[in-house]
Amino acid sequence: MNIEKLKSAHKLLCEYKYELGKIEKGYTNRTLYINVGDNTISEKPVTQLMKDKFIGGKGFGLYYLWHAVTPKTKWNDPENEIVIGSGPIGGITQYPGAGKSLVCSISPLTGMPIDSNVGGYFGPLLKFSGFDALELQGKADKDVIIFIDGNKGTITIEEAPEEAIDSHVLGEQLTEMYAENEEDKRNISVVSAGSAANHAYMGLLNFTFYDVRRKQIRLKQAGRGGIGTVFRDKHIKALVIRFAGVKGNLNNADDQGKINRTGIKLHKEIHDFDAQQCRMRQVGTANIIEVMDQYDLLPTHNYKFGAHPDTHKISSKVFTGMITQNTPDGCWYGCSLSCAKAVDHFELRTGPYKGQKVIVDGPEYENAAGLGSNCGIFDPHDVLELNFYCDTYAIDTISYGTMTAFVMECYENGIINKEITGGLELNFGNADASLEMLHQMARGEGFGKLAGLGVRNLKRIFAEQYGGDPVFLNDIGMEQKGLEFSEYMPKESLAQQGGYGLTNKGPQHDEAWLIFMDMVNNQIPTFEDKAEALHYFPMFRTWFGLNGLCKLPWNDIIPASNKHSNEPAKIPEHVQNYVDIFNGVTGKNIDKEQLIVQSERVYNFQRIFNIRMGYGKRIHDAIPYRAMGPVTVEEYLSRADRYDGQLKELVGFNPEGKTTEEKMAALRSYREDQYQKLTDAVYKRRGWTMDGVPTIEHLQAIGMDLPEVIEVVKNHL
Amino acid sequence: MIKLNNRDFEWEEGLTVQGLLDKKNYTYPKLIIKINHVLVLSEEYASTVIRDGDDVKVIHLLAGG
Repeated sequence: MNIEKLKSAHKLLCEYKYELGKIEKGYTNRTLYINVGDNTISEKPVTQLMKDKFIGGKGFGLYYLWHAVTPKTKWNDPENEIVIGSGPIGGITQYPGAGKSLVCSISPLTGMPIDSNVGGYFGPLLKFSGFDALELQGKADKDVIIFIDGNKGTITIEEAPEEAIDSHVLGEQLTEMYAENEEDKRNISVVSAGSAANHAYMGLLNFTFYDVRRKQIRLKQAGRGGIGTVFRDKHIKALVIRFAGVKGNLNNADDQGKINRTGIKLHKEIHDFDAQQCRMRQVGTANIIEVMDQYDLLPTHNYKFGAHPDTHKISSKVFTGMITQNTPDGCWYGCSLSCAKAVDHFELRTGPYKGQKVIVDGPEYENAAGLGSNCGIFDPHDVLELNFYCDTYAIDTISYGTMTAFVMECYENGIINKEITGGLELNFGNADASLEMLHQMARGEGFGKLAGLGVRNLKRIFAEQYGGDPVFLNDIGMEQKGLEFSEYMPKESLAQQGGYGLTNKGPQHDEAWLIFMDMVNNQIPTFEDKAEALHYFPMFRTWFGLNGLCKLPWNDIIPASNKHSNEPAKIPEHVQNYVDIFNGVTGKNIDKEQLIVQSERVYNFQRIFNIRMGYGKRIHDAIPYRAMGPVTVEEYLSRADRYDGQLKELVGFNPEGKTTEEKMAALRSYREDQYQKLTDAVYKRRGWTMDGVPTIEHLQAIGMDLPEVIEVVKNHL
Repeated sequence: MIKLNNRDFEWEEGLTVQGLLDKKNYTYPKLIIKINHVLVLSEEYASTVIRDGDDVKVIHLLAGG
């Protein structure tokens, strides 16, 4: 690549100089605002209110986004922002999983706030460069690159017409361009999207880190909700940061020794137990592919079933053999869990990069399940090829997988046909058709462009334009709030139906994953038990996003003490670790109960933000019936013994002599009623009205009774 | 009959913890198993016999990305 030629085409639009800052107890106490519409750059102070009520990361993102938009703002309005931040713990190197960035925006898919977390180096480097968060606002006329030099204290906005759009190329170009030499490449992180984000609503953001062993960039994804689409709509080609001098003490923690001791304890657990537990260091999150199949939880054929005879072809053993072994794969310094696996020298067989050998970052579990089993695709090479192109084109693998599975079921049911798809034979298992649809999405052509609008829009289009039955389409279209479901089968776990449905941003499992507790362990049998779990776990997991932390080191490694715990699902020793490192960094003195309240404030703020944007009520928490039970006779008959047994034991309905349709109707009536009762119990536990609105009394009790928040709520009580 | 996670489960003579895991296809690696509230260590799964009427808990520690 001719970097000089690319760079010489740049036109400087704006240069800003700033005083290098200092971090005190995890905060720089300053954020950065960049408007690419009018090329203005400024700094904002972090107020005590922000730190007390919103902590950082996703909290800061939602706070800034609230004040940037109005209830009428759409995703592609210039005032919509993309806010990126780490959090007070973010950037420490002593405790695994402390390099996350949290990204917030108004989503093209849902029309309300979305948050997505991502590894890679950008968030910590932003903090070390002097800023707790970055707001991007406005819309540029032509493609621009923003470059932050955290050592020199300069920020530039540059028109950049000639660089690539796709992330695996662009990331390399900009790392080469902005690094001072080979040694300096590790100090660069690039945020970019890709060509499909120009057309599809499910565009993602890639965050790079430079892999010094491979001497190539690696890509981590802020996948959910279409933030990459917003990025490209703003005509931002890339956001680049450079900071040299990462050290373990840059957060100026209040008690570095406490952080060191806590980290050493966890490193030892990972060393001692990971190989017997999750094998994160060997195969990453893909370790659970066959486990999910064995428990009937691996979505196959658009969530019709939870297992498939061909799953062994895409099992973790298969991918273990393809992933490069014995190399450190952490996405931030000091993460010994090292789940960021990669397949090297993968030769592409389709698309614009056909014949090239590339790094595929993954496959993560969600990719194998979404791009693979859920679409009936069981060739690991196809999964990797789809994974690679989704990443570099900037398409969320989860939304793409769930959308494709939906489209395939519609195709097999005759709702759409080859005329409508432009010749694509979108049967389950047709990897070539899925790949071509993805390439079309990147080119903005044909059926692929339509598919990029996501399941919610496709349901409407298939009903209005192609005569599809809207009831059936709503039953099988696995989206809620406009966001596609992530890749777990929730049919047999009422609690997980709530874990998907009773969420702020839509059906993503990062709030709660309760299937084992509920379906297998039977630990939360009553509505009140489930409601308690659907309070605690979403609040606990929200906290990772306030602090720049990854969830995996919490419960993907289990300490020896856990078997003696009264609440093993919470991993109490690790909860205490988080209390300790928060106090160690910030100098505060919270306990595990106060940790939950910190999250509760932001969680309720986000709920009210949704309400402010016209969503966030009970009606928006409904889920498609495919998430609750069998929509089709085929599904019922595939697990007839299970369903017949439940009709007898739970519903009080004798299935003998009844038609399958009669049995399905009885089961559906029961399960839909169960979900409503669960919703009642969860709203009550969360301090909300039965319409899902946080009460003023509850907001006062948790300390989230800000005037602007009350102003919204009081109109809905 | 035994109780397995508070649900009835058919008991048979000589049923071990490992035998129970095999019957249920419980392949997940992060388990806590207790019989009548007493912890069973993983190295004892094959040799620990479950008796008729026992209260067995096989707790899968939750995961999810």
